Amino acid sequence: MSSLISSIFANRGQPGGRVMPFVMILLVATVLASCLNLFTPEGSALHVSTYTITLLGKYLCYAMLALAVDVIWGYCGILSLGHGAFFALGGYAMGMYLMRQIGDRGVYGNPILPDFMVFLDWQELPWFWLGMDQFWFAMIMVILVPGILAYVFGFLAFRSRVTGVYLSIMTQALTYALMLAFFRNEMGFGGNNGLTDFKDILGFDLQSDTTRIVLFLITAALLSVALVTSHWIMNSRMGKVILAVRDSESRARFIGYKTETYKVWLFVYSAVIAAVAGALYVPQVGIINPGEFSPINSIEVVIWVAVGGRGTLIGAVVGALLVNYAKTRFTAILPEGWLFMLGALFVLVTLYLPKGLMGLYGQLKDKFSGPSGPSSANDRKTSDTAEGASA
Amino acid sequence: MNMIEERVSKAREQASEFFRPDQVWPFLVPDQPQQVDVSKQVLLYVEGLNLSFDGFKALNDLNLYINDGELRCLIGANGAGKTTLMDVITGKTQPDSGTVYFGSNINLLDRSEDEIAQLGIGRKFQKPTVFEAQTVFDNLELSLKSNKGVIPTLLARLSPTEIQRIDEVLNIIGLQEQRFMLAGALSHGQKQWLEIGMLLMADPRLLLVDEPVAGMTPQETERTAELLQSLAGERTVIVVEHDMEFVRSIARTVTVLHQGSVLAEGTMDQIQANKDVIEVYLGEDA
Ligand SMILES: Nc1ncnc2c1ncn2[C@@H]1O[C@H](COP(=O)(O)OP(=O)(O)O)[C@@H](O)[C@H]1O
Ligand SMILES: [Mg+2]
Repeated sequence: MSSLISSIFANRGQPGGRVMPFVMILLVATVLASCLNLFTPEGSALHVSTYTITLLGKYLCYAMLALAVDVIWGYCGILSLGHGAFFALGGYAMGMYLMRQIGDRGVYGNPILPDFMVFLDWQELPWFWLGMDQFWFAMIMVILVPGILAYVFGFLAFRSRVTGVYLSIMTQALTYALMLAFFRNEMGFGGNNGLTDFKDILGFDLQSDTTRIVLFLITAALLSVALVTSHWIMNSRMGKVILAVRDSESRARFIGYKTETYKVWLFVYSAVIAAVAGALYVPQVGIINPGEFSPINSIEVVIWVAVGGRGTLIGAVVGALLVNYAKTRFTAILPEGWLFMLGALFVLVTLYLPKGLMGLYGQLKDKFSGPSGPSSANDRKTSDTAEGASA
Repeated sequence: MNMIEERVSKAREQASEFFRPDQVWPFLVPDQPQQVDVSKQVLLYVEGLNLSFDGFKALNDLNLYINDGELRCLIGANGAGKTTLMDVITGKTQPDSGTVYFGSNINLLDRSEDEIAQLGIGRKFQKPTVFEAQTVFDNLELSLKSNKGVIPTLLARLSPTEIQRIDEVLNIIGLQEQRFMLAGALSHGQKQWLEIGMLLMADPRLLLVDEPVAGMTPQETERTAELLQSLAGERTVIVVEHDMEFVRSIARTVTVLHQGSVLAEGTMDQIQANKDVIEVYLGEDA
């Protein structure tokens, strides 16, 4: 076990570290939790409640969102403070599908119109709700809508070479504007209350244990796919270009890379991961409302990534899981205090753990194996010989 | 009513223009790096360049011709506009007026930084700029002459010839031993060489080298002089430098810039005997 853990943390210098062992642990843990839910009697010490399963599923969605932010921030240096928008859009697309599955089981019993539309006295379905009763169509929209938004936003921002703080502010403005829009009843997304009271997905009851377990397992599987794909991208030459853009964009341009294009496509990739996370989140928590667009949500994600360690992929997942677990625990005791806690956490991590928890392992290891670990001593030796040779 | 009809017919015209059968849409035309035409022995034409920053004339009617295969030194006091000239040639800055041609056929002012780089113009910055978080080897791999599109780069695998090319360049710049070191851990001089090596990877026609020996030890300076001299002939090299001794050791032709335009041009001896140059330099000293 300890060798497994050390192999996860091992090559902290390289992009991505090793994700395979981590993905294995993740998958084994989720399958184990599912089995304990299904096959142990309630009340037994080993039993994992469905409530816990749903909570874990929610954490995994957050982990996926954090992964999306890490891909763009940790590797490419683009600090997006608006990824919550892509998450929420993915969630709304899924929510629209679930809404239409309710059919005539709503309060007003209208077979076509969701309750909130009947309440608003609407006579027919707005055009953008058409087709959303088809699962495949809704899933395409989950990817397409946030993907196109990310493309257009990225194209405009990166082509006019907006970077740094200005870009971060623009992403905040994006999510804020969407929040205000979705709050409006006329938009046709349920306004303030959002979309809720879902009944079933593909015919399976959303309240049943098995549906919840399956959703949980699918979330874990897709998170694993996102981890492995991102790891593959970051280890390809494209990943090297992305790091190059982060560290010196103009140098990358002058050796012939159209850096805007790289940034736009990475941004789209990242937005799609966030959107899929949002789509998995909604059936598990049972509601999507405009609050998900709130700017503070996107900022929280950045803190999860910073806590875990940016530019490591695994760090983002670990950070999201730990901080959200802490949040669940903390808000049960002192709900108003959480934002202060989060702020304090961010300050502490920035000051004392610039590489997050993933970096902490390396720091501790260096400390216990003497001031200069074996690797740094080696580096020094080679550079000495080189200087000797060139002199 | 009339107006609507007019608009419709106009839109139709535009559409038929867009779908013309005898033409390929620009975005479908494969990018072919154009062949540079050097039949007149001149590789770079810079004519009548003007550029001002908020009223301050950084470049002032600057004319410069660089022959194919030449090693040219650009000298001039701080603020003479040397770096700004390189910015214009490499597409970083657009001039207010003037023309820059690569060979007699390629207008560089129409092109973006990455396109100019792909044409075979490599640039070393004044401050050494390498990708510090990556190894020396990765820095060179990134600089390979290859298809730089997103998908080809995503799927790229190093071929044996490419690895051989990286080894060759590591040899030229003398960093074989450091190949797997992070570039950020190199000494200042080594970073300068790595950056030159990155330019060489792309097999460029024209190299623009901005103050390569600033901050180098005398030994490093000497090695750099050898390196640059070995490159000229096969490639065209423009070196900006302050260090007169260094310039004397490498240059055949020297161009003196002063307040954004060319003050004098010739061999080092001619330059040092030139009245204008003496005046300007003595005037600065006083
Ligand atoms: N982006 C800029 N904005 C304003 N002034 C600039 C800019 N770039 C260069 N300059 C000015 O143009 C002049 C020429 O600069 P430069 O080309 O860097 O000189 P050098 O010959 O020392 O390389 C300097 O006076 C500098 O202050
Ligand atoms: Mg300069």
